[in-house]
Amino acid sequence: MRRIVARRAKDCYLALTSPSSFFHRSLSSTSSSSPADSMGSSSKSSSALSVDSINPKVLKCEYAVRGEIVNIAQRLQQELQEKPGSHPFDEILYCNIGNPQSLGQQPITFFREVLALCDHPAILDRSETQGLFSADSIERAWQILDQIPGRATGAYSHSQGIKGLRDTIAAGIAERDGFPADPNDVFLTDGASPAVHMMMQLLISSESDGILCPIPQYPLYSASIALHGGTLVPYYLDEVAGWGLEISDLKKQVEDARSKGITIRALVVINPGNPTGQVLAEDNQREIVDFCKEEGLVLLADEVYQENVYVPDKKFHSFKKIARSMGYGEKDISLVSFQSVSKGYYGECGKRGGYMEVTGFSPNIREQIYKVASVNLCSNISGQILASLVMSPPKVGDESYESYLAEKNGILSSLARRAKTLEDALNSLKGVTCNKAEGAMYLFPRIELPQKAIKAAEAAKTAPDAFYVKRLLHATGIVVVPGSGFGQVPGTWHFRTTILPQEDKIPAIVSRLTEFHQKFMDEFRD
Amino acid sequence: MSPKALDYDSLNENVKKVQYAVRGELYLRASELQKEGKKIIFTNVGNPHALGQKPLTFPRQVVALCQAPFLLDDPNVGLIFPADAIARAKHYLSLTSGGLGAYSDSRGLPGIRKEVAEFIERRDGYPSDPELIFLTDGASKGVMQILNTIIRGEGDGILVPVPQYPLYSATISLFGGSLVPYYLEETANWGLDVNNLRQSVAEARKRGITVRAMVIINPGNPTGQCLSEANLKEIIRFCYLENLVLLGDEVYQQNIYQDERPFISARKVLLDMGPPISKGVQLVSFHTVSKGYWGECGQRGGYFEMTNIPPQTVDEIYKIASISLSPNVPGQIFLGLMVNPPKPGDISYLKFVTESKGILESLRRRAQIMTDGFNSCRNVVCNFTEGAMYSFPQIHLPPKAIEAAKKARKVPDVFYCLKLLEATGISTVPGSGFGQKEGVFHLRTTILPAEEDMPAIMDSFKKFNDEFMAQYEDNRGYSRM
Repeated sequence: MRRIVARRAKDCYLALTSPSSFFHRSLSSTSSSSPADSMGSSSKSSSALSVDSINPKVLKCEYAVRGEIVNIAQRLQQELQEKPGSHPFDEILYCNIGNPQSLGQQPITFFREVLALCDHPAILDRSETQGLFSADSIERAWQILDQIPGRATGAYSHSQGIKGLRDTIAAGIAERDGFPADPNDVFLTDGASPAVHMMMQLLISSESDGILCPIPQYPLYSASIALHGGTLVPYYLDEVAGWGLEISDLKKQVEDARSKGITIRALVVINPGNPTGQVLAEDNQREIVDFCKEEGLVLLADEVYQENVYVPDKKFHSFKKIARSMGYGEKDISLVSFQSVSKGYYGECGKRGGYMEVTGFSPNIREQIYKVASVNLCSNISGQILASLVMSPPKVGDESYESYLAEKNGILSSLARRAKTLEDALNSLKGVTCNKAEGAMYLFPRIELPQKAIKAAEAAKTAPDAFYVKRLLHATGIVVVPGSGFGQVPGTWHFRTTILPQEDKIPAIVSRLTEFHQKFMDEFRD
Repeated sequence: MSPKALDYDSLNENVKKVQYAVRGELYLRASELQKEGKKIIFTNVGNPHALGQKPLTFPRQVVALCQAPFLLDDPNVGLIFPADAIARAKHYLSLTSGGLGAYSDSRGLPGIRKEVAEFIERRDGYPSDPELIFLTDGASKGVMQILNTIIRGEGDGILVPVPQYPLYSATISLFGGSLVPYYLEETANWGLDVNNLRQSVAEARKRGITVRAMVIINPGNPTGQCLSEANLKEIIRFCYLENLVLLGDEVYQQNIYQDERPFISARKVLLDMGPPISKGVQLVSFHTVSKGYWGECGQRGGYFEMTNIPPQTVDEIYKIASISLSPNVPGQIFLGLMVNPPKPGDISYLKFVTESKGILESLRRRAQIMTDGFNSCRNVVCNFTEGAMYSFPQIHLPPKAIEAAKKARKVPDVFYCLKLLEATGISTVPGSGFGQKEGVFHLRTTILPAEEDMPAIMDSFKKFNDEFMAQYEDNRGYSRM
């Protein structure tokens, strides 16, 4: 029934039998590298850095979010610039990537005030500064600068991040969850992605190390696992049940993998989900925690969309909070929780700020995590400061509170409206069903592609969903990502779109999409 | 009882092998002592601003304005920001699509990469292609990306100078490759002898290793030597003959403290050599905003430039970069400003030049003060710091000291450096963290403490060292201090 292996996982699994053959090849080519031979041979085909000789794990990796479809879009964009009117649309609309500020979302003023002051502290002594910045942003900047040795925002910090900022973040976590957090458990990183890579590096020694990933998943996980030479073990989210997670399915996948000699090391959960947008129910979360505890798995909780929840009947609960509320402590469960400044209502992708909170590991593992972090010295300071602001924004009574709240609520309510409008529009299309986006920033509609379209895709040597998506791009300028980039039940087709274009662009998107879809279905009707 | 999720035994072995002494044992001990209230002088890492060097004013003005673009609309902004900073902020914002908060192109903003290419062309006299320049969150990330592309397994060897900056050894360990050392000649001012290279490669091949790439650090870290043009030519010729990718770590190119050997980029020398070598040698060059006279370590801004790398490989490197989405945008702007600083006639030019010159001239003086200071100490010999930011004196440890170290289960130079730390608060990195010849010991310190503090620091060191030497050279053999 659901006896499927996501194509990505299969690729990863099969591909990993080849590195050793590469090794043998390189050894046999050693003898041809002596000076005499090299001078004689005119063909430098085994040149040091050609695709034949680079790390095969690099070749195996895929990252569809910035893959083929984006290259095509950029080409079209250039054509539009050089020859306006050369396409049936005026502009390219990038709905492929969760990059809110590139589509007009404004940053939170208070955050930017504080960051500007920390970037240029010399102006804090000038009286004119009071006229340009809010009083509480000036106060917060002073407070932050006092936590930085020498007020030097240009210096490498502690490799886990500035201590005072970690204190603030830990306090923010505690306030959010109602359970204490230790600043020494916090590792500030250049966005959440490097933190994920770090954990994969620790967990994966070889292809017999498996990491459980949801299908569909955010392809950072599949790419990172491939890059580190591990095996992705898929578990399927149930589209019919609102992308819910069935523990029985999880258990089945684990047994299956183990029977093939894979040691399962960790479970990735993305909550709220990407691309699927579901917010996990609390009892589901408890089942997951118990599962990880029983099976001895590290729980990797990607919680970067924790501030993006659009439905009144669901709330974000961190896995740390769930675990602690079940009475589980450091000795019971190993948990790594990821947060970022890129999403939420702040959307500060370009800053590369984020952290992981690491709990339930022995001191010598913690030392190793620290050691790996130290090789890169530290994450960017401005991003660290922003992470601390995100975890402790203005409070009631602060001068900037009202305007901050208005900005925040404006963005979040707009996101909720756009999520609904696009969801309804997609559901109104014939052959398209789209689950609600309870959270995150995406919609992941399923399309029933007629056989004729599938055949046309085959002829064009493209996956059917990529075929649809490319046609959509050429007809409308809208850029989305084919479902195969995230994984899906074989034989089903999806695409991921963001909900991020500004509200005034949404009606045009809806009408163009609708028109395209009807034409496409007319063309390929069986 | 639940099974252990991640215990030490099941940890990736490659991670366990990683060592990075710069923030290792000495640094951790120094941090502990600092918490206990001891005054520590951190000379373990090239971190200028942490030792009092002030940031250059102009870039901070520009980036602050970019962070808060609403300032640009305020009629009073001109009261605290000069007009050229305002104009430059507008320029950089126009290069972004959505300001500092949007992911840029995974290779970095095209407009800034163009500025970098123009800088390279001015510096070297050869055009540079922005499409082959990738911006990264610091040069270290770029080094890791390139090494990850090259290393397939332990059969792949990377030539690394000894002594080296341990990013290289750590990264090679992490990615499961093999480090193939080539020794720099301390007695010849840390010079590079091609015969040493040949020998190292031959030995590695005997062990079944395919040598894939060669790292040069120019100016050197920790050694500070600046490679001559002749030396660079030899190296490039060697890479051509042996089919090696040349990795040119040039992050200290602005830090030159002698006039005999100015900085010359590997790329310039390569292109000067003409075909077939100029087309045949694959080169990746690294640079950063962390060093030079900028010292903006905390921004994490850097780039690498690829020469003669096949398009398909460039695409693969791009693909890997895209998984991390983009380098941080403020860091990219710092980079743009570094390669494109204020020009004569700009409002901020005078101040910028005064600040920059001040820093560089002071570094030059401090390089000399430190070298002379070390050379005045018993059993210490120190090559002159020709470039970069470090001093790497050789400490001749008496046999009794080495014995005492053994008893304390410490590597001899670690033993010495820990004693130095406890006696004086000076936090250095033992030479074993960088690699050295067997039985020869060094420590690395930076030349970054403030000039006015230098005499006291060198006095403090001398006092400790001379007492240490007296103690351990003394036949009466006291017990440990």
